[in-house]
Amino acid sequence: MARLSRLLLAALGLGVLATSVAGCGNDSGSGDSGPATLSYAVWDKNQVPAMEQIAAAFTKTHPDIKVNVQLTPWETYWTKLKAAATGGAAPDVFWMNGPNFQLYATNGVIRPLDADIAADKTDLGVYPKALVDLYTVGGKHYGLPKDFDTVGLWYNKQLFDAAGVKYPDGAWTWDDFNAAAAKLTDKAKGQFAIAANLSSAQEYQYNTIFQAGGYVISPDGKTSGYADPNTIAGLKFWTDLVHNGQSPDLKTMTDTAPLNLFEAGKTAMYYGGSWDAGEFAANDYTKSKVDVAPLPKGKKQATVIHGLANVVSAKTAHPKQAWQFVQFLGSKDAAGILVKAGTIPAYNGTQGDWVQAHPEMHLQIFLDELAYAVPYPVSRNTPAWQDLETKYLTPAWDGQADVTKAANDLAKAMDDELAKE
Amino acid sequence: VRRRRFDAEAWWGYALIAPTGLGLLVFYLWPVLQTAYLSFTHAGPFGGEGEWTGLKNYREMLADPEVGQALVNTLLYTALGLIGIPLAIVFAALLSRAGLRGATVYRTLFFLPVVTTPVAVAMIWRWLYNGDFGIINYLLSLAGLHGPHWISDPHTVLYAMVVVGMWMSLGYNLVIFLAGIQGIPRQYYEAAELDGAGGFTRFRRITLPLLSPSIFFVTVVSVIGTLQMFDIVYVVMGGTGQSARTNPALPRGETIVYLFYDKAFQTNDKGYAAAIAMLLLVLIVALTTVQFRLQRRWVHYA
Repeated sequence: MARLSRLLLAALGLGVLATSVAGCGNDSGSGDSGPATLSYAVWDKNQVPAMEQIAAAFTKTHPDIKVNVQLTPWETYWTKLKAAATGGAAPDVFWMNGPNFQLYATNGVIRPLDADIAADKTDLGVYPKALVDLYTVGGKHYGLPKDFDTVGLWYNKQLFDAAGVKYPDGAWTWDDFNAAAAKLTDKAKGQFAIAANLSSAQEYQYNTIFQAGGYVISPDGKTSGYADPNTIAGLKFWTDLVHNGQSPDLKTMTDTAPLNLFEAGKTAMYYGGSWDAGEFAANDYTKSKVDVAPLPKGKKQATVIHGLANVVSAKTAHPKQAWQFVQFLGSKDAAGILVKAGTIPAYNGTQGDWVQAHPEMHLQIFLDELAYAVPYPVSRNTPAWQDLETKYLTPAWDGQADVTKAANDLAKAMDDELAKE
Repeated sequence: VRRRRFDAEAWWGYALIAPTGLGLLVFYLWPVLQTAYLSFTHAGPFGGEGEWTGLKNYREMLADPEVGQALVNTLLYTALGLIGIPLAIVFAALLSRAGLRGATVYRTLFFLPVVTTPVAVAMIWRWLYNGDFGIINYLLSLAGLHGPHWISDPHTVLYAMVVVGMWMSLGYNLVIFLAGIQGIPRQYYEAAELDGAGGFTRFRRITLPLLSPSIFFVTVVSVIGTLQMFDIVYVVMGGTGQSARTNPALPRGETIVYLFYDKAFQTNDKGYAAAIAMLLLVLIVALTTVQFRLQRRWVHYA
């Protein structure tokens, strides 16, 4: 008898566990229309209040549909999402980025939205084309753009004044940048011109690669651009700074993140995304000292443009409702709420409010840069070759390998990886 | 009659261990078998039915220099980590001296790292080790020395990590040894003293041999523990952030489990990761078997 009850208890325990695991997925009744609770996964804690506001506004016009905003920090977002998708329990709607998009789309994890777009006559022309294209693969649209970001040259006015260097402006070239870098470096004070960050290609080497006339991946997504001499020139821009001592070495940048070095006045310049505006405006040290200018021009002017999209899980129990929510997320109303959270909405014509939010900084440059912005380079399995980029470029940044040789080796390895796609 | 009685007793026994036994079966043994199966397959980035690839993962693994380096690193961690054991014995012997003042305070202090979250510990050490602004290098600079970038320099990263691991496990080992020392009958020491044996001789001739079962236990557990070293390496190297991947010392610091995590959850190559896990399993079984064989030569069960 006692044994039986013990077994029952154990079985019960397992049962509870099983149901709670299953419960991670879709929790309310299924069906095409009618009441539903949607899960909406995001990774930026600063944007959660805005997301909840948007969700509340959506529920007001769609009283049957509730939205549950789920925050997973960036560090674990993709790991968790991949595990959830593998188990068939991905959130109904979630944030997607460029490097991961095609991997999810071509493996059937997210839903093509073309039928819905056609049925509701949704206008995709209200978003920058580069962003719509970023979330299109095989001629199918999988997401509606949420926001976008370009990259600017942030600089510390105090350190520029102290070194007697004129502030950067839209006319700056690489030569101007290098001349200023020499003057802004002061070994004795432990001050560097800039930290040649290797851990954020979007803000660092991709920009200079495009400015030098190089490319990361061919337009057809089949071959690597790293063997191209122009691409290598874009990499050398940074390795030279490290080599000349105008940037801290890679060991220092590993121990202390480049953002922290800039915010402590150890570096005078910082290549950073438009998303840093909120950060620098809130930081006690930077808020009165920092401004931003367009990226210096190489052979040509260029900045990487990237943006997030809202996508729908292919396995959602409520595809109709999820689409309605995604549509609302991409609307002008939602953009009006989003802009207050410090991100540039993708919806054309709403971005001016973002510039107004911090009149003390020249944020307009991030919008002006759209004229020559280059889409973030992606292919079917972007993370696979991004892994190779860090693997092969790390020794070059660390001064252990010649950058030309490292880039050529990387090109070979990346071509092999692309051949598998 | 006797036989029947035994049966009933056995059934009771099984019933009583069932909750734990079933848990082990479902959450440990079954995953091990599944991992073994997975290691012969290759699945897409989002799982699904993997295709059977036979020994392909194993062949790739044996030819992969990264696996080789991680294996060497892991074995070095394990070997160097053993230094912590004599250290713990010495501390235990000192702490168990009769009439030591504040013994409880010391024991608590030594045990504190054991009950602290490894991630928190690792984050603090990451700051201590900072090459430019860390307190260790600051103290060295007072002595006129220029300290390295401990955790991003390939030459120092391994030793820096070993120190953290030793610091964390010292308290645990200490408690086992303290218990072991307290289990040694006083009379032996009294008799030895009457025969004129000094402190060191008593330690060498009585404490060490009678402590050998504890030493054996701690050695086995510590070897298995260090072979599975992950959390400290993971956080000290820079966590999931990009800074870990661009850490120039990563190839010299990463362990087998770190590599397993990387392949399983970052690159999402589950089959290959499973093969790495099997390699670790074989390694642990082999090293533990060797230790059990060798114990006959040096472990004295009183």
